[in-house]
Amino acid sequence: MKQLLSFIKKEVLHILRDKRTILILLIMPVVQILLFGFAMTMEVKNIKVAVSYQYGDELAEKIIARISASEYFHIVQTINNPLDISSLFKKEKIDTIIIFSDEFSNEIHKGGISSVQIINDASDPNQASTVTSYISAIISSFQNEIAGSVQPIRINTELKMLYNPELKGSYNFVPGVMALVLTIICAMMTSISIVREKEFGTMELLLVSPMKPAYIIISKIVPYLIISTINLLTIIVLAVMLLDMPVRGSFMLLMGVSFLFIFVCLTVGIFISSLVANQAAAMLISGMGMMMPVMLLSGMLFPLDSMPKFLQIIADFVPASWYFTVVKKVMIEGQGLMDILKEITILTIMLAVLVIASVKKFKVRLG
Amino acid sequence: MEQVIKTYNLTKKFGSFTAVDNISFYVNKGEIFGFLGANGAGKTTAMRMLCGLSKPTYGTGSVAGCDISKEYEKIKKNIGYMSQKFSLYEDLTVAENIKLFAGIYGMPLKKIKEKSAIILERLELADKKDTLVKYIPIGWKQKLAFSVAVFHEPKIVFLDEPTGGVDPEARRQFWEMIYEAADNGITIFVTTHYMDEAEYCDRISIMVHGKIAALAAPKDMKQEYNAATMDEVFRKLVAGTFNQE
Repeated sequence: MKQLLSFIKKEVLHILRDKRTILILLIMPVVQILLFGFAMTMEVKNIKVAVSYQYGDELAEKIIARISASEYFHIVQTINNPLDISSLFKKEKIDTIIIFSDEFSNEIHKGGISSVQIINDASDPNQASTVTSYISAIISSFQNEIAGSVQPIRINTELKMLYNPELKGSYNFVPGVMALVLTIICAMMTSISIVREKEFGTMELLLVSPMKPAYIIISKIVPYLIISTINLLTIIVLAVMLLDMPVRGSFMLLMGVSFLFIFVCLTVGIFISSLVANQAAAMLISGMGMMMPVMLLSGMLFPLDSMPKFLQIIADFVPASWYFTVVKKVMIEGQGLMDILKEITILTIMLAVLVIASVKKFKVRLG
Repeated sequence: MEQVIKTYNLTKKFGSFTAVDNISFYVNKGEIFGFLGANGAGKTTAMRMLCGLSKPTYGTGSVAGCDISKEYEKIKKNIGYMSQKFSLYEDLTVAENIKLFAGIYGMPLKKIKEKSAIILERLELADKKDTLVKYIPIGWKQKLAFSVAVFHEPKIVFLDEPTGGVDPEARRQFWEMIYEAADNGITIFVTTHYMDEAEYCDRISIMVHGKIAALAAPKDMKQEYNAATMDEVFRKLVAGTFNQE
């Protein structure tokens, strides 16, 4: 026990004396949250909108006020003649035109049916579809509100955005950043710190000493476990405070699953370290082999459902994609333990397989 | 005379390649035993088996009275080891390195403190004890690595090419430390490339292609092969085995 403690102290010293790395490790999650949250956001903001409606139309004006109040849209122009659309897009750099039918209010009051035309510059298809769904969401929420005051009405959009009515991108990338940061710290840093001992020859000294191999591994794991816990809390706090992310499910459950994922990543790190001989290779393998799949195949940036089948199968083998799903379920959808049993089981199986593989690998090296 | 290392037909195979081929030898307590051979002759593999890092394919051996196939955990408590990289933790201080390694061998803290004060004094490193190892010169690092390897007073210390990359004066000083340790009853098992260093050993073995081609005191070996220097003996031996094939 005393041996173990003095070894954990040694690992902590290694990390603390490498000022640059510890700084990067602690600041990385903050930077990622800020980057993804404000700069690299997939959301669209400052969309220039032109509207066309009959002057004095009560309901149309209300809807326009709503749209203009949203942080996503700027109403830059009111047009009377909706015929010259193409010049508006070309000359005025308008992104979207919303055209209300001439008798919008009257039609709704009388028959309860009217329509709104949304014309988008779809040269950026992602933006166009996002804009459309934003506007539809605004109209449909307005529709719900006035449903009581006016006779049954229908405005021709029918959309429901569950859990994320404002369609915030942060709901997707915060779980992604959590998976990414934990992967980097646990898999990459652990593998590098073990391989460094091999490279400098100190691992040999430890192996010929009476030090138990399990102690060597445990002492490597503990400091990164602490750092990743700090990072996890940082991310959650930032996400809740700055990005208004909810934590709808149980916080303890969220932490519990996160620790399961952390252990999976740590074992991946140990396994990688048994495969390679130097730090550069460890960094390359954990970078290419872990970070890329987390970015591309976890669902963080691209939805998995729309990927080709074989990529989906590969994604099934990426621990982060399961963790990503669980975090979304617990944080955003507020689901409980029973609803995430499948993901927990899969992560546990992955952990078991990795532990067995690492132990085998370690023994082979000694034999 | 107590034999602290004994091997009988020790063999290690990697697939169809025989790295160590039926070697039998012994080393006496307090002896400085030189383990020579060209690169790839099987020195490191043999040494790894003696240190309990690798299991023999067949053959037997004992180190400090423990069986190398079965009691390798016990062996580890009784040996010291220093590699050709003079491995210490670069980002720990001199004192921290000593404390860490002595702690692994279960030495009580009080004794570690007393002894490290004496050793640092002797190495003239007392004022450098709080310096990170990466900032001390290589010659001192080498001596420090050796002091760490014998700090817990092992029965045997294994030195794997311990003088690579240091200047002749540092090498001479280093051999003085080896003699001193041997005088204190520590058995020295040393591999080296330098044939002049071979002459400092009590007895040497020369490995060629996994086998021990010669084993004797340097003086006797030179006589037997009618050579002026160990270098000549070595070349004759290696050439001889090539001719036989």
